[in-house]
Amino acid sequence: MATSTLDRLFRPNKPIPRRIELGTGITVAASVFGFWCLLTYGGLVSSDFLPAPHEVWAAFTTTLSNGTLLKHTRVSLYEIYLGFLLSSVLAIPLGIFMGSFRMVAAALEPVVNFMRYLPVTALIPLLILWVGIGLEEKIAVIFLGTFFQQIVLIADVSSQVHDDLYNVSYTLGASRWQVITRVLVPATMPGVMDTLRVTMGWAWTFLVVAELVAASSGLGYMILQAMRGLHPATIFVGIFVIGFLGLVTDLAFKWAKTLLLPWTNVR
Amino acid sequence: MGQVQIDEVSLAFETRRAGRVVALEQLSLEVPEKQFAVIVGPSGCGKSSLLDLVAGLKDTTAGQCSVDGKVVSRPGADRGMVFQSYSLFPWLTVRKNVEFGLSLNKVASSERTERANHYIGSVGLTGFENAYPSQLSGGMKQRVAIARALANNPEVLLMDEPFGALDSQTRALMQELLLGIWEKEQKTVLFVTHDIDEALFLGDVVYVMSARPGRIIDTIDVNLKRPRHYDIITTPQFIEFKRRIMSSLHAEVKKAMKLN
Repeated sequence: MATSTLDRLFRPNKPIPRRIELGTGITVAASVFGFWCLLTYGGLVSSDFLPAPHEVWAAFTTTLSNGTLLKHTRVSLYEIYLGFLLSSVLAIPLGIFMGSFRMVAAALEPVVNFMRYLPVTALIPLLILWVGIGLEEKIAVIFLGTFFQQIVLIADVSSQVHDDLYNVSYTLGASRWQVITRVLVPATMPGVMDTLRVTMGWAWTFLVVAELVAASSGLGYMILQAMRGLHPATIFVGIFVIGFLGLVTDLAFKWAKTLLLPWTNVR
Repeated sequence: MGQVQIDEVSLAFETRRAGRVVALEQLSLEVPEKQFAVIVGPSGCGKSSLLDLVAGLKDTTAGQCSVDGKVVSRPGADRGMVFQSYSLFPWLTVRKNVEFGLSLNKVASSERTERANHYIGSVGLTGFENAYPSQLSGGMKQRVAIARALANNPEVLLMDEPFGALDSQTRALMQELLLGIWEKEQKTVLFVTHDIDEALFLGDVVYVMSARPGRIIDTIDVNLKRPRHYDIITTPQFIEFKRRIMSSLHAEVKKAMKLN
């Protein structure tokens, strides 16, 4: 193999120096930012469409200091955590059982598979009719959007628990209940954590859509108001805040996984 | 305690590829207590299925297995099993894996730890109690699996090609280790392998199994003195036993290859 530096950086599955890894990431991110600056400060795009970085920053400090940003963020966070929690609390046990017990799968699969392909966004008008436009409706939207995806992903994880693990526990004298609590559940935990981390991202999407359609508060509502008021800088603030919160939640899930499931880290 | 009786056992099942497959046909076998019995046979001959039947992991199509006169209908702690794929619980440390059977039976914590430490010591893994399976080599994992099965104090130890995935040097060491433990623990062992050297080195009795449908075609009383050291495989008597098995097995292996 040729050992030129460039060649060494592009070998499949081989590590690269940490400095280069970080440097490349920072360079690309900075380039995107730089491109943004070019478009705005270079006069290529009108600031009615694309606000300049300093305008977004100004909008950020304004909404932060007058309390609106925090208010809307709190509302959105409350809605998403409630909706996500409700969905997860139901999807985890049902998914685990659905994946490992054919009877449960037989019972649930028709409904779950139908609901899974139904775009929740299409249900929003119906939900507004039934539940209104308050907190309950947002939670319903998040729940319907996340639950049917979670249950299928978790069932998949559950079905992959190896037969050998069950057989071993039987030969050690485990009862049916012990097999469920001492083998099935622990074995699915890493996959469940990954599913939660991924579906949390989707939950944000459903929340924002619900807030864009009909809301009186929340980050989606704030973005909508900014659009109506022809204030794109505030739209960007909303977008960045949502992105940031998503990133933080993702990291929080990753950290929780290493904390609760230490055996997944060791090599 | 720990006498195994296999009476006219048959096992047949439907497969998508080959229709009805008869794995075992009216096979009978008796393992007196504390004996180290080995079943050797070609791949696919049904020897693993036979072990599953004794363990209660599969149901017979005809005939029955019994342990100490009690008919086997489901798996239980009286018949511990060690699989080729170790099957350690990855979320548990070595010690917690070894303690698993005891914790199912609500054995007191201090007693559990003591027993686990004893068996972890027996398999030579003292110092690794807090390691996770992913940190261990194949041989080490298999030792944990053996310790886990023994710590649960079964009447019978069933071993399904436990050393099959190990390299031959590790395998040789593991065989000696197993015999050392068996001589101390005095358990009935029913061991399945396709390796003739392994069968003769370990067993008091070696049953030679035919290709599917599996039947016993030869029984060898391995009257080599114990304790056995690995160089026994070069002695004339060992080689004579081996020649005998090879001549029975050669035709069966050919048959098995055609079937599979």
